[in-house]
Amino acid sequence: MLGTGLIKGLMVTAKNLAGSFHDPERLVTTEYPEQRTVLPQNYRNFPFLVTENAEDPMGTLRCVACQICEKECPPQCIYIEKSKDKKADAAGKMQIYPAVFDIDISVCMSCQICVEVCPFDAIKMDQVFEIATADRFTGLLLDRGQLSKPNSYFHQIHPTDAAEVDGRLAAERKAAAEKAKAAAAAAAAKAAASTASAPSPVKAPPPVSAPPPATAVPAIPPPVSPPPPPSPPPQP
Amino acid sequence: MPHAEPWLERAPLLLRDAVNALLPAPARWWVDSFLDIAVLLGVFGLLFAFLTLAERKVLGRIQNRPGPNRAGWGGVLQPFADGIKMLTKEDIVPRLADPILHFAAPVALVAFSLMSFAVIPYGRHLLALDMDSGVLYFFAAGASSELAVFMAGWSGRNKYSLLAAMRALAQLISYELPLLLSFVPVVMISGSLSPSAIVTAQGGWHLGFIPRWNVLTPWGFAGFAIFMVASLAESNRSPFDLPEAESELIAGHLTEYSGFKYALFFMAEYFGMCALGGMAVTLFLGGWQAPCAFLGFIPSYAWFGAKLLALLLGFIWIRATLPRLRIDQLTRFAWKFLVPLALVNLVTVGFWHLSASWSRGFDPLRWAIAIALVVIPFVAMGRRLSAGLGPRTYRFAAQ
Amino acid sequence: MIEASTDALLPSPGSRVRPVRDPFHGDLLEVSMGPHHPSTHGVFRMVATLDGETIVRLKPVFGYLHRNHEKLGESTTYLASMPYTDRLDYLCSMTNNWAYALAVERLIGQPVPERAEYVRVILAELTRLLNHTCLAGFLLQDCGASGTPLMYAFREREKILDLFESLSGSRMMCNYQRFGGCRVDPGAHWLAAASRVTEGYGRFLDEFEALLTGNEIMMARTQGVGPLSAKLAVAAGVTGPMLRAAGVAYDIRKVDGYGIYPRFNFRVPLGEHGDTYDRYMLRILEMRESIPILRQALAEIPAGPIMDPKARLRGLRPKAGESYGRIEGPKGEIGFYLVSDGTPNPYRYRVRPPSLINLTILEDLCLGRTIADAVIILGSVDIVLGEVDR
Repeated sequence: MLGTGLIKGLMVTAKNLAGSFHDPERLVTTEYPEQRTVLPQNYRNFPFLVTENAEDPMGTLRCVACQICEKECPPQCIYIEKSKDKKADAAGKMQIYPAVFDIDISVCMSCQICVEVCPFDAIKMDQVFEIATADRFTGLLLDRGQLSKPNSYFHQIHPTDAAEVDGRLAAERKAAAEKAKAAAAAAAAKAAASTASAPSPVKAPPPVSAPPPATAVPAIPPPVSPPPPPSPPPQP
Repeated sequence: MPHAEPWLERAPLLLRDAVNALLPAPARWWVDSFLDIAVLLGVFGLLFAFLTLAERKVLGRIQNRPGPNRAGWGGVLQPFADGIKMLTKEDIVPRLADPILHFAAPVALVAFSLMSFAVIPYGRHLLALDMDSGVLYFFAAGASSELAVFMAGWSGRNKYSLLAAMRALAQLISYELPLLLSFVPVVMISGSLSPSAIVTAQGGWHLGFIPRWNVLTPWGFAGFAIFMVASLAESNRSPFDLPEAESELIAGHLTEYSGFKYALFFMAEYFGMCALGGMAVTLFLGGWQAPCAFLGFIPSYAWFGAKLLALLLGFIWIRATLPRLRIDQLTRFAWKFLVPLALVNLVTVGFWHLSASWSRGFDPLRWAIAIALVVIPFVAMGRRLSAGLGPRTYRFAAQ
Repeated sequence: MIEASTDALLPSPGSRVRPVRDPFHGDLLEVSMGPHHPSTHGVFRMVATLDGETIVRLKPVFGYLHRNHEKLGESTTYLASMPYTDRLDYLCSMTNNWAYALAVERLIGQPVPERAEYVRVILAELTRLLNHTCLAGFLLQDCGASGTPLMYAFREREKILDLFESLSGSRMMCNYQRFGGCRVDPGAHWLAAASRVTEGYGRFLDEFEALLTGNEIMMARTQGVGPLSAKLAVAAGVTGPMLRAAGVAYDIRKVDGYGIYPRFNFRVPLGEHGDTYDRYMLRILEMRESIPILRQALAEIPAGPIMDPKARLRGLRPKAGESYGRIEGPKGEIGFYLVSDGTPNPYRYRVRPPSLINLTILEDLCLGRTIADAVIILGSVDIVLGEVDR
């Protein structure tokens, strides 16, 4: 009969009207500034740079200015200038560091590709989203000082990822240290053997001061330098 | 009887007399009229303000959200915030618009809808103007409001507004007829065009507990339903909000309005809704009469208000649920469904009137015939109207 | 009545627009609907010529949201295009990702682990639910239902968006698929949450249908409005629910059997009239079919890696060649055509956007109807301007 469909619809809206007073499923609004939803761990919006030490953020940036993220960033919102000198990183190794590291977050589209391509776990996604500013040009162009946040903060927002990264880095550093030690020992033994077997007026090289460079680099995946070597596609 | 009334019932009269006592006799007539107008404006102005809030709150609740709740406690100050916003917004008149009509349209619309309030009996003693043909006056005033909508649509020099104006006229012509036809039975039964007489005719109780309201008879129910549908169309409310039709005509006749003129249109819409609701209460729901004898201690204007609010809530509920008709379907619905039903209803009420003298034993037969006269045309014409429409079954592709 | 008076205005075979028979010698009215009209679903414009309220000519104008998507794809690496595909049909980023990943995987011959295939199916079907729910809400909103169905649709969509957010980190711009798998493993907790959403969806659909499917006004507004014949649909290259509403059994999930779809048992609903009501109902029925797919995938998903261990994230240099990856997106066939010349950037990057191709028949559907019909016909075509304009 004409009208039954209308009445059925009216019943549904009446049910929702009544439900909004007792059923949280039917009053789903989160009243934002007062109430906040818990952000999931994977939530991402803009990148930040991880520093090892909160006391000295610029001195302990993990970033080594390899510029991979700058190259891979789809909207090209990262700008990096390499330093002329080197600084010791957390593992004690001398590294280049970014003299300038700017991200224009008015251009950034939060795709997380910089995080994925970074071989040093130096850039991660932040979860702060209340960054509105009245100054759209310089206010949204963040330099390395504004971008850097300590590793403890990374632990706070992405605990699972941070634990995994820390474990991996620690293992790599340990392996690197052992390898360096072994290499140093081997070099020393070789030097000792060569001095012993062939005493000569030529001055022997100093045993510990110059280990081969390749062994000193931490055994993390080597950054693929652009352009990468052509590789045949793997066949399934 | 007046001496038996509780003081609350007479409170408005006492208040008026108190004011009058302060004034010299020649001024009283003027002050009386002025008081009526002021009270009507004040009460319905406030009702309009809170009705907008209630509509937004109820719509919100129906849509699983809380609605406006920031201005004041739970949002009660929202209407005033809206008012301030509307007053302070720039009033834009398009360069090519007809400035006089553009200005006159919202003013005329509000004026016409306010005129209707004069003849509605709000309580036992609360009636601004007791006209013998008050019902006719009411519908004449109501019909002129569509003229103002046409003015608004025409004056803006906007194609959407023009389409809206044409729709408004088509809607007016289509729905004025069922609206008028639907209250003729009431006039036939009560024998008067005076709203207060119509309310009085609905006094008393069948069997001591069923109120003798018109809506509780078969013809009255049909008339009430037709009246409500037609008044939805008259007040341009969803599902008949075709002149405004946001998803089709942007804002229809309101497209070129801004600021307080825009607010006036809304005021007129709500006034019109209140007036039509008030008339529906008067004609079909027993006016200010209490539903049970023992509830008579509650003042009559409170009953009127409660019934009016219930109807307005119904308007809001319908708006929250139903989609809009198309203009050809709208007019077809009026001419091919509502008008014939209203005409058949005249026959029903004639039968009801003639069979009033039957002995009590025939009452079930009388009811059965009257109900059949209402239901059978409804079902038959409903079938014809929705011919070819209906749920479908679907097949699935062979795997 | 519109139907009777406009028979002469319907297009004859061969000509798209007929001269107008106008008994009153009145002028025609040209109305520009959009690009800021409330129901053009974005910055879309229809230049409608009206005789009264009847449409005698309707010219779709688009390109307001053009942002050079394909050229951008040719000037960046394969990986860098992935987040841009999110922004094509921004309601269905997961399926866009999948289609693009499929095209690249075919180009470089990259296998995808089992678990990732299951996750892709789960996400694609969730996207279908999300998209069709939104469409139904928007369509009823276009019919004039003052926001209520739209709000209910968005209430349910939120649940799926929450799932997407907790998995990929973003609600709409998911950027989740990678060449050779998916970026993050969902984990048992997420799969359980997805199960809960799936199980609750049938209930929501019942309520949603009770609200308006049987509604007489809704049926009067949509039945018989904008019928699309199977012939025209096939000739115009229309795909997806629009094509199936016209009665053509063509679902790429069945035809191509890409991914692991052949393992799933689901039915493909077909319409008969091809009108707006069929298009609306087809979406509802497809959602009901998606629920068992989701249930099966969530029950059967195997353990294992989510990314192929040999997959390379960056530095792709595919051999010279071409590939086309297409999937059954919620709106139709979403496809990516790639030509490689051996450099890190594709030589040609081309999107087959279902929204755009389904939109090309808009005038044929709208001629002889009223403005009010044009609005709901456009709503039932299901477009997202990000994909139309690219």
